[in-house]
Amino acid sequence: MSDGVVAAGGQPARTNRVERRSPLTSIPLIYIALLGTLIVGAALMAVNGENLFSGGNIVDILTRSSLLGFIAIGQTMVILCRSLDLSVGYVAALSSLVAATTMDGDPSRIPLGVAAGLGVAALVGLFNGVVTAKLKVHAFITTLGAGLIIKGYLDTVYPGPAGEVPGAFQAFGYTRIGLVPLSAAIMLIIAVFGVIMLQRTRTGHRMFAVGGNDEVARLSGIRTDRTIILAHVFSSVMAGVAGLLLAARFGTGVGAQIYDAGYDLDSIAAVVLGGTLLLGGRGGVAGTIAGVLILGVLDTMFNQLQIDPFFRDVLRGIIIIAAVAVYARRQIDPTKSRARFGEKSASRKGSTGTSPPEPTGDSRARRAGSREEQSE
Amino acid sequence: MSSASPAATGPLGAVRRIFGGGTGPVFVVLLTLLVVMLLLNPSFFQPASLMAFLRNAAPLIILAAGQYFVIVSGEFDLSVGSLVGAQVVIAAKLIDGDESRTWPVIMLMLGFGLLVGLVNGLVTTLLKVPSFITTLGMMLVLAGAIRLWTGGAPTGALSESFRQWGRMGIEVPVLRQIPYAALIMIVIAVLTVLLMRGPYGRTLVATGDNDVAASFAGAQVWQVRTLAFVLSGLLATVAGILIGGFAGVTAQVGDGMEFTAITAVVLGGVVLGGGRGWIVGAMAGALTYRLLERLLVQLDMPSTLNPTIQGVIIILALAYGSRRLWGRRRRRAAQPITTKPQPSGAE
Repeated sequence: MSDGVVAAGGQPARTNRVERRSPLTSIPLIYIALLGTLIVGAALMAVNGENLFSGGNIVDILTRSSLLGFIAIGQTMVILCRSLDLSVGYVAALSSLVAATTMDGDPSRIPLGVAAGLGVAALVGLFNGVVTAKLKVHAFITTLGAGLIIKGYLDTVYPGPAGEVPGAFQAFGYTRIGLVPLSAAIMLIIAVFGVIMLQRTRTGHRMFAVGGNDEVARLSGIRTDRTIILAHVFSSVMAGVAGLLLAARFGTGVGAQIYDAGYDLDSIAAVVLGGTLLLGGRGGVAGTIAGVLILGVLDTMFNQLQIDPFFRDVLRGIIIIAAVAVYARRQIDPTKSRARFGEKSASRKGSTGTSPPEPTGDSRARRAGSREEQSE
Repeated sequence: MSSASPAATGPLGAVRRIFGGGTGPVFVVLLTLLVVMLLLNPSFFQPASLMAFLRNAAPLIILAAGQYFVIVSGEFDLSVGSLVGAQVVIAAKLIDGDESRTWPVIMLMLGFGLLVGLVNGLVTTLLKVPSFITTLGMMLVLAGAIRLWTGGAPTGALSESFRQWGRMGIEVPVLRQIPYAALIMIVIAVLTVLLMRGPYGRTLVATGDNDVAASFAGAQVWQVRTLAFVLSGLLATVAGILIGGFAGVTAQVGDGMEFTAITAVVLGGVVLGGGRGWIVGAMAGALTYRLLERLLVQLDMPSTLNPTIQGVIIILALAYGSRRLWGRRRRRAAQPITTKPQPSGAE
């Protein structure tokens, strides 16, 4: 990008940036929803003579949330880049089996097992990312296909549970610090890193830019392919962590039990519930965590109230649709999204397009791009 | 296809079109699989076994046709799998072996399919919930509600006149028996192709390509998309009737079929995100998928490996289909738009 463009675009871009902060991340709304869920939940529980905030219930909520949380944090990155990861359940199963068979009950092999589990997961993510970004296969098909490939491998090689997790590593699944399970604490720490990465680092800004409009991002000097690949690797590694956690809880590596549990769709639901746009470019990890917590609170509540598990599915479906409907109207405001790219972008589409983007382009994308240029 | 480059009009145009992007590759894959099948097991092409294969493949083809409408309009329908399961369970529970109830119940099922499609469509278009979430929620609701209603295990029985659609056929001299399922599939194929050639089809493709432009051009985008979901619900019901007759009553009968149907549609050259693709391609994609499964049985692979091979082939087929985009950094998007918004489904 030439200096002239930056100079010309500097002024409007700066004012835009301040205004646009809030619509990019609709976090407050989802936290209000979480608060509402907690209040309604507590009231319902109180009517039945129980306490939602008792120690046991909080532990239950956090234990449920930590597992889905790991997967959903990764899923957030992928969805932010306008991609999708349907292979997370299979990756978790693969990682749990690889880690458990590598450890094989020997405490000295724990680091090796963890590395193997996460390494395999990262390889799957690399595959997903490269096929999606370089071969231009839609992520839906890439990750569905990768999931099928892993499923076939697991069913053939590991017909049943395999490997043994040493007691020291099982602590990852069961240790608690006060009321907070160790796994939930680790999940929250990773979430904080995720928030910082998305809001403060170049990589995070690139993800927003690529998800918002990858053509604009590319013209701004971002290597969009690398960003997408990185997001996929991250997502798979997070699914791998979830697999390790499951291995620690089961004490062995399992396949079908993990990939049949529906973590793929659950995590996408949590991400969208958390205010991240399914079409990418807006949202964040903080919202996702709230989404995961809402699902966790609902599950715990349904459990305590002894609601029929089938009825639970019905309620969950309705709640997910209703919740997304409530803020979908506010989020997908056509006038707002058009303003991000300026009025001229519409007319530019029809003309040559070899010129650099107009200075009215997306401030975030351009800023990320121009910063990159200055540093390189 | 409308997206074919100008070079496709030359003498080699036909060949280029077949091996190019769009619908072509699926027919190449289909032919290749048929040739491999011929070499491995010529008896597959005897009328009886060929008809049995068609009967087996018909439900997925019908499901893919329904999914095509939704995908080409730029949306997803993840609820079809559980809708198939729900319909089968509803049929068994309400008919309960009583012949006289067959037709009223079939009418009721079509009404239910229509209702599910209508809800999916209206929630997606009017409440602006992404269809991925709408239909995912619908999938949870349907699966839960059906199991809740039947108490976990489906009860009742289907009547003979209900099952005949999935099992029986018309006796003819040469082919022995043409299954009703295949006939229904052909009727649906003709009707849907005609629909896609008409004004509705063109509007649907235009909507999937660019809904803002379509609405500026006067299309009622929400009506067009809602009707696509309704068609998907109706066709899923038809598929459910055939599957129920063929496979018997379990609520799990439709599990995972939504992903299979979407995969089949995409295999047929229809682009996720809408606006590109031919409905015949989508149906050919479904046929290819079933033939691939049949071929894997033929090859005597350990059945657990099937998903792996399917995954590899699906990814390869899709990568081949989009190979024109490899390495090219999508400059075309910025060039003047050479392809007119001509609905490719009209070809």
